[in-house]
Formats: sequence, C-alpha cells, structure tokens
Amino acid sequence: MGQTLSEQILSYAAGRTVRSGEFVVIEPDVVMSHDSLTPGIIKILRQELGVEKVKYPQRLVFSMDHVAPASTVGTADAQNLVRRFAQEQNIRLFDVGRGICHQVLVEEKIAMPGKVVIGSDSHSTSYGAVGAFGTGMGSTDVALAWATGRTWLRVPETFRIIVEGHFRLGVDAKDLALKLCREITIDGANYMAVEYHGLDWMPLAGRQTLASMAVEMGAKAGIVPPTGVIANEFPAPAWLCVDPEAVYAKTMKINLYELEPQVSIPHEVDNVADLSDVAGTKVSVVFLGTCTNGRYEDMRIAADILRGRRIASGVRLIVTPASSRELNRAAQDGTLSILLEAGATLTTPGCGMCMGRHQGTLGEDDICLSTANRNFKGRMGSPKAQIYLASPAVAAATALKGYIADPREL
Amino acid sequence: MARVWKFGADIDTDQIVPGRYAPYMRPDADVGEAAFIEARPEFAKTAQPGDVIVALENFGCGSSREYAVEALRRRKVGAIFALSFARIFYRNALNLGIPLFEAPEIVEALQDGDEVTLDIPNGRLIRGQQVFQLPEIPPFARDILSAGGIIAYVRAYGRFPGEA
Repeated sequence: MGQTLSEQILSYAAGRTVRSGEFVVIEPDVVMSHDSLTPGIIKILRQELGVEKVKYPQRLVFSMDHVAPASTVGTADAQNLVRRFAQEQNIRLFDVGRGICHQVLVEEKIAMPGKVVIGSDSHSTSYGAVGAFGTGMGSTDVALAWATGRTWLRVPETFRIIVEGHFRLGVDAKDLALKLCREITIDGANYMAVEYHGLDWMPLAGRQTLASMAVEMGAKAGIVPPTGVIANEFPAPAWLCVDPEAVYAKTMKINLYELEPQVSIPHEVDNVADLSDVAGTKVSVVFLGTCTNGRYEDMRIAADILRGRRIASGVRLIVTPASSRELNRAAQDGTLSILLEAGATLTTPGCGMCMGRHQGTLGEDDICLSTANRNFKGRMGSPKAQIYLASPAVAAATALKGYIADPREL
Repeated sequence: MARVWKFGADIDTDQIVPGRYAPYMRPDADVGEAAFIEARPEFAKTAQPGDVIVALENFGCGSSREYAVEALRRRKVGAIFALSFARIFYRNALNLGIPLFEAPEIVEALQDGDEVTLDIPNGRLIRGQQVFQLPEIPPFARDILSAGGIIAYVRAYGRFPGEA
C-alpha cells in the first residue's frame, strides 16, 4: 500500500511505517519559535516543566519578526530575555531585520525536503513549500519539544489538489490559494495535510504562498512535492516522492486557465469572490508583505504595475519585505526605487502590520487591501476596520486607483 | 449553576483574544480579562468560573496562540462544546486541561443564557429536567485531561501518552 508525503515523512521520523490516523511520537528536526511567544515558552520550560536546558539546542531556531524592532519597553525586555537565553544555550537566533521566520528558514535551508519542522506559529505549514512537513503548535507543545526533543502527532489524512494548466496574465499563486479557500472552505481540510500536485513548473515563491495558506483551510500541513524547478536547490531524500499508490482522503482538480483574480472579503478568509464582484470598493490602506506575499517576486509584480506612476491620494501603501535578503534583491535591481517613487512606505522586514501590533495598525475607519493571509475581525487593529485579501498585482492596482481594481485593466 | 455562552461558527482566535492583547504586548495584564474582549465584551466582564462555551463548527480557528486557551483557562471555563474544533485549538485546550467535546446534540439543544449543571465525572450535563449524556472523550485525549493537561501528564509519567 502506498503512502502520502505526510505518511512518508512521519514514517521516516518515527522509524516505522505509519498510516493516517495513527498517533506517533517523533523527534522533530527543527523547532522554530518567534519573539511573540518565545518569552512565554521559556517561562513554561522553567516554571512549569522545571527544566533549565533544552535537549537539542542545535534543532531550535528563534526569530524576531512579530514586533521587530520592539515597539514597547515590554517587547524590548522580552526580546532581550530571548537573546540572553539563545546565547546561554547556543541556539540560532535571527534577529530584528532578518525577516519572517517562515521565509528565513527556507532561505537558510533549515527547512528542507523530508524534514519535520514544528513552529509556534500556525503558518508553519509554509515549510511544505520545500517538501517539509511543517506544522504549527501552541507554546506548551513547543516547550515540551525543547525539553524532551520529542512531540506527538496524529498522522493526517491527505487532501490532494491536482492543478492543471497555467495562470493567465494577471493571475498568480495567491489567486489559487484564495480560490482553494473558497472551494474547500475555512475548515474543509481540518486535521488533514494538503498536497498540491501538478506544480513542478511553479517557482519557490508561489509554492510558499500556497503552503502558507494551507492552514486557512484548517490544514495541519500543506506540501508541494519538492520536484521540478526547485529540485536542484532543495534536493529531496531518495525515500520521498509522490507515490502513485498513495491513498488520499479527498481529491480536487482545479484548472488554472479558468481562474480569475480572487479577493477575500471581510471578515473570513474563505469569504472569497471574483475580483469583478468587489472592484470599485474604496480603500485607505494597501499592505504588501507577510509570509504569504512579501517576497522579491511580489514586490516586482507591484513595481511593474506602479513604474512611473503615483499611488492615489488618500491611500497609504505600506511595503514590508519578508526578509532582509528579499529587501536587498529589490534594492539591487531598482524594484524598491520604483515602489518608493510611486509613494510606498517601506518598513523593517518582518510580519509588519499583519497582526495589528505595529507599523500600520488599522483604525476603525480604515479599509485595507492586504496581501496577507487573514482578514479576521480585529486582526490588524480596530475590529471595525475592514480587511480584503488579494494578490500583489491587485494590491498594486488598488493602490494606484484608491479602490479595488483589476491589474489587467491598467 | 453555570451559564451557557453560545457562539456561532468559525470563532477565530483573534475573537477569543486579539493579538494586540497578547501577554507579549501587555506583560502586566491578566490575559483572562481579555477573553472575548472585543467579540463578546459581556463575556469578558461577567463570565463566571464553571461557565460553559457552546459553539458551532470550527471553534478556535486561525492562529496557534495558546494564550487564547490560557485566557479561557484563567476564566475557569468548565467545558467547551462545539460541532467541531480547529486542530491547533483542540490540541492547545487538551494540553491546558480544558475539557472539550464534539457534541451536536448538546450544541443544538443549548441556548445562550441557559443555566446548566456540568457533571463531568458522571458524564452528564443537566438543564432543568433534561439530562444530556456527554460524548465519550477519545482515549488519548482522556489520558491528557485526566492528568490535568499535557505538562502534568509528562511530569507524572515521564513520557507522552501512547509512548512506550
């Protein structure tokens, strides 16, 4: 009997053949946590578990991305606590300015095909972009993984998406991710892994967009088979490959030739419409960034639309690169200058305003078109603010017009 | 008697505790006071220990933030009944020792503001003359809950549930 990618990865980690539905206790290869929760995890480790030293410091990674740089005395003190802890226990730390954990772990090749990566962050499904089993957990689970080197998992069933065709002009991976949320719904893949087949041609950035949003359908993991154009850069172990005999709990086909630009409407991610249904909605803020869409490619798409133009008056365009590397790539070829000349505001690489904590928190009258992954009420600030989610191309067109606009009509 | 607080579908963790109210952002505040502070301010102000949360599908979707569960633990929520739970929330609630049940019959029957008696040891929930049987908790979850949470379990047994 064949195995899904999740079954293969968790079998390898467990040292025995496992099937969906089984419980396994495994040693994750990587345990990631960020500044928002690491201070609390240290507290759980010391005060509740009574443990001082983490078991495998070389498997831990810390990032400073959620409030970066610190915005309050409290966050500054908490970050310093994490820095001291990392130094004392010899744990890798990517400090303020380096970028979002999910981007940095891929850039640094810490997330690799076949690895199990757990993170104190629901968007840890992102590591599936390179064929890892990435999943989010809460602080107590992460503290236990620090202390014991282990964690428990239920081997998930798999929802297979078979993608056919290619994007038409003005449509990209974000539109596919939103379309999948629309079809599968916010809990349609709850407890499951999602596998995205038929995407050997898709570059890394698009795979990251898709995998980051697997959790928005409730998924435990979202894995793009690490074959095709990323295979040289992210070589897979010989035991990891799509198995024609694998058994999938569900399968859905989607044809990209029929895909229109998609927009998620407040206040739920799966409340998605075709762009044409919401075009013309006025906005006050456009946000280009996050683990879903803050990469060089995303800034490039926006720059190609904004070149030589100015954003609409009364609109703030806030650009937050996903990492220092992506920022530098955009700086080196002039992408960044185009954005700045168009009127964009640039912030420190990191999560930016995604969680409403800093660098552009929304007020109650704000209407934001964001390239992020969540539009829950109050997510980015005031619960009265409205958040629409869309692709970088739609974001750029919207910034230009001051209302939700179709990039294909410019 | 415990009060029933009834919610709809897809209650996300931003509604349970907005990210702006995280302990990271407000280190001196009690996160329990932020439970449903924007989505249901009445809960934040008046919920009593032992009160029961009842919700439709996919309760706790969104972020992995354990402080959403921690806030409910600090409010001493007696149990959560839903048609279904989002994965990370379910795990976090078990880990922190909050009983939670997928219980369609109870969810359908209970209304917001109902007064109930929750009797977990005897597997019952009572409203007036009506007695509802609590659904069976899966063995893996039951082991964690009866220890009082995953940390208590691991400290007591020196291993994870199901581990040799």
